[in-house]
Amino acid sequence: MKLKLNIWRQSDRDATGAMQTYELDDVSPEMSFLEMLDVLNEKLIAEGSEPVEFEHDCREGICGSCGVMINGQAHGPQKGTATCQLHMRKFSDGDTINIEPWRAAAFPVLKDLVVDRSPFDRIVESGGYITAPTGAGPDANLIPVPKDAADAAFDAAACIGCGACVAACPNSAAQLFTAAKIEHLNLLPQGQAEKNQRVLGMVGTMEQYFGSCTNHGECTEACPKEIPLDYIAFMNRDYVKAQLKNRKLLGQR
Amino acid sequence: MIGNLDSAVPEGAIGDKWTQHKFDMKLVAPNNRRKFDVIVVGSGLAGASAAATLGEQGYNVKVITYHDSPRRAHSIAAQGGINAAKNYKNDGDSVYRLFYDTVKGGDYRSREANVHRLAEVSVDIIDQCVAQGVPFAREYGGLLDNRSFGGAQVSRTFYARGQTGQQLLLGAYQAMAKEIAAGTVELITKTEMLDLVTKDGVACGVVTRDLRTGAIERHSAHAVILATGGYGNVFYLSTNAMHCNATAAWRAHRRGALFANPCYTQIHPTCIPQAEEFQSKLTLMSESLRNDGRVWVPKDPDETRPAAQVPEEDRDYYLERKYPSFGNLVPRDVASRNAKTVVDEGKGVGPLKNGVYLDFSDSIGRLGKDAIEEKYGNLFEMYERITDEDPYENPMRIYPAVHYTMGGLWVDYHLQSNVPGLFVLGEANFSDHGANRLGASALMQGLADGYFVISYTMANYLAGILGQPAVPTDDHAFTATEADVLNRINQFLSIGGTKSPDHFHKELGKIMWEHCGMARNEAGLTKALSEIPALRDEFSKDLRVLGSGDSLNQSLEKAGRIADFLELGELMCRDALERNESCGGHFREESQTEEGEALRRDDEFSHSAAWEWTGDPSNPQLHEEPLVFDNVALTQRSYK
Repeated sequence: MKLKLNIWRQSDRDATGAMQTYELDDVSPEMSFLEMLDVLNEKLIAEGSEPVEFEHDCREGICGSCGVMINGQAHGPQKGTATCQLHMRKFSDGDTINIEPWRAAAFPVLKDLVVDRSPFDRIVESGGYITAPTGAGPDANLIPVPKDAADAAFDAAACIGCGACVAACPNSAAQLFTAAKIEHLNLLPQGQAEKNQRVLGMVGTMEQYFGSCTNHGECTEACPKEIPLDYIAFMNRDYVKAQLKNRKLLGQR
Repeated sequence: MIGNLDSAVPEGAIGDKWTQHKFDMKLVAPNNRRKFDVIVVGSGLAGASAAATLGEQGYNVKVITYHDSPRRAHSIAAQGGINAAKNYKNDGDSVYRLFYDTVKGGDYRSREANVHRLAEVSVDIIDQCVAQGVPFAREYGGLLDNRSFGGAQVSRTFYARGQTGQQLLLGAYQAMAKEIAAGTVELITKTEMLDLVTKDGVACGVVTRDLRTGAIERHSAHAVILATGGYGNVFYLSTNAMHCNATAAWRAHRRGALFANPCYTQIHPTCIPQAEEFQSKLTLMSESLRNDGRVWVPKDPDETRPAAQVPEEDRDYYLERKYPSFGNLVPRDVASRNAKTVVDEGKGVGPLKNGVYLDFSDSIGRLGKDAIEEKYGNLFEMYERITDEDPYENPMRIYPAVHYTMGGLWVDYHLQSNVPGLFVLGEANFSDHGANRLGASALMQGLADGYFVISYTMANYLAGILGQPAVPTDDHAFTATEADVLNRINQFLSIGGTKSPDHFHKELGKIMWEHCGMARNEAGLTKALSEIPALRDEFSKDLRVLGSGDSLNQSLEKAGRIADFLELGELMCRDALERNESCGGHFREESQTEEGEALRRDDEFSHSAAWEWTGDPSNPQLHEEPLVFDNVALTQRSYK
């Protein structure tokens, strides 16, 4: 396959970036999208040009490192698929492909296609855990967890933190990520004790960095793990409950 | 020079050693803990769990990771599960059986006391993870489910669909996030350790590079923990993530830490076969698939019919035929070697005839498609994305690939290297798996080391240096090490050759896979030992790294890692040549039984080989730690 690639190049966080065009011959349909970029980079190095920086690591769709806008779609055209798992057989000979970094104010570009997603860690540090000091856990089978609760928690916990939800959202909102992180724990019996402070803390931090949700649903469409929008509803429910509970506590003081 | 290797294994009966030793070790009182700084390099299962636990106890912990978030460490990709001797299935499991299976599975090349401790704390790991909210698979009654794994005849593997590593790592990462919020753990991301700092032979800090800005930084501490994973990427193609590397461990080795059993590499039997030259990595299909999949090849090497049309009588279910009692669940090394044998006989399947079938049609017929999808859905999807074939309709094609390294930095019972103050956890150390790791034991070891071992042994070390300040970062030890790091970076940038770092990595990978892969022999290893230094020489003259050192530059990062692989690869071949026996994942063609199984030579090789850096990568010094088996009788492994 012959391809024309328009790729965002930006030398550092403060520089002005621009799209640059590259031609690539001999792309095999069996290549993954990132292997296609590897081939481009080897070609650039041979020509004496600096290679395109892009984030990647496991290349099996689980680490969440990779992710670029491909023709305006986060992670490209294949549903439920991270960029590293996308293969060139989804494209045709002669295609032009636009490749850009995630676009969101909270994710500034570090270089080329690499962005800074550290606000996600700040959200988790605001309550995305169960306080269970090492060694303090009771026997694992002491508290039965209904299978459907465990499964629902798992479906939320499948989030890989790639940031596609934010990149796809017209408001650059992080509701789907935050909801997945909160509900993974709030749906489990072990997560109940800190349920309220968890949702208040994490939503509070989220709002410092990200835009607001207006129910477009682009996030779930772009999500490589297809995390459903329902979790945002669960999060909103937990948030309202936590606020009410707070007021009650204030009144009792 | 290093004298005798003291494993520091405590006295007493095997089942009492750890309990008694926990009492005998020194403690640091809670009000003194904040006086100690500890650096943890790496944020995978071992690193994150260690940081969380040490943070909870009140030490000042600094975590350094080259990822943009700790949650991306490659532990995340582990699929199958984690072993624990809970005996929830009432099928005869016990701490002693897990200990026994692990020593046997490791082909009697591990340290008994370490393995027994691992089996003991395995049960605590599951309790801890469930308390943290890890969503393990459950039965309808709400209790935990288990499955069986290779090398065991009991069901002791806890799992979270095919994403167990992800869920355990999120648990450890969240536990660490709790400590970041509490202020006991400082998280430093996108920063790579480029050297270990020692003063008077004691580890006192690290020198790092900020991958975003290129800034070189010095970090001082009372102790340094390396939890930096394995070195499987020496082979270029492996199931490791693209950035997995040995630089932290190798730099520590060059500063005096011994590197043990480097030739013990695990070739995982169930990976998607290589497609073409551009392939950047290989993808694992969890070993758990062997519970429900049957491995076979056509009896006729010239078979042309599609798999489904090959009748039963023309199929060779070679694992079931050769190993009736373990069948498809033989340990990984045995499964891998047998796959190689049938492919070498020309019976391989697929367009390049480089795979064997893993067939689910019997299980789908027996349990239904839904049950199979429930267990393995995400793996089947991953397979289909990569190969464009539907494994519900056609059998998967699989072939072994480099997956895990049992060798690593030498550590004693305290997980401390021979460099005082330098501790090594998880895959980065050599301690628990001998010459072959059993499935679902890597997650167990990483979390055992981080949650339940290091907190005790670290206190024991720090108690001995109470009152001593950390070495200041303007000390000569730091400035000299920083100068070395800068010098090395400038060298890579100034060679100005013609070949990219990846070019050298691929060339090294070919040498390693051909001569130090699934089967090794004297002639091949000797050849590799002449080819690798030549390649290293070419690297130093013809490397091309574009761009500068003061910004994000992945070529520069790679160059440093590949330079280290070029030295480590040679050591692996030397170790493989020196160990003239077969054991576990190390198969020397000169040493096999009549049936082609690995033949150990206990009289000569019942030891761990720990190599010392001498300044010349081609001339390391060998030290031996004898292995003593008081509890498990040394036998020829049999899985028949």
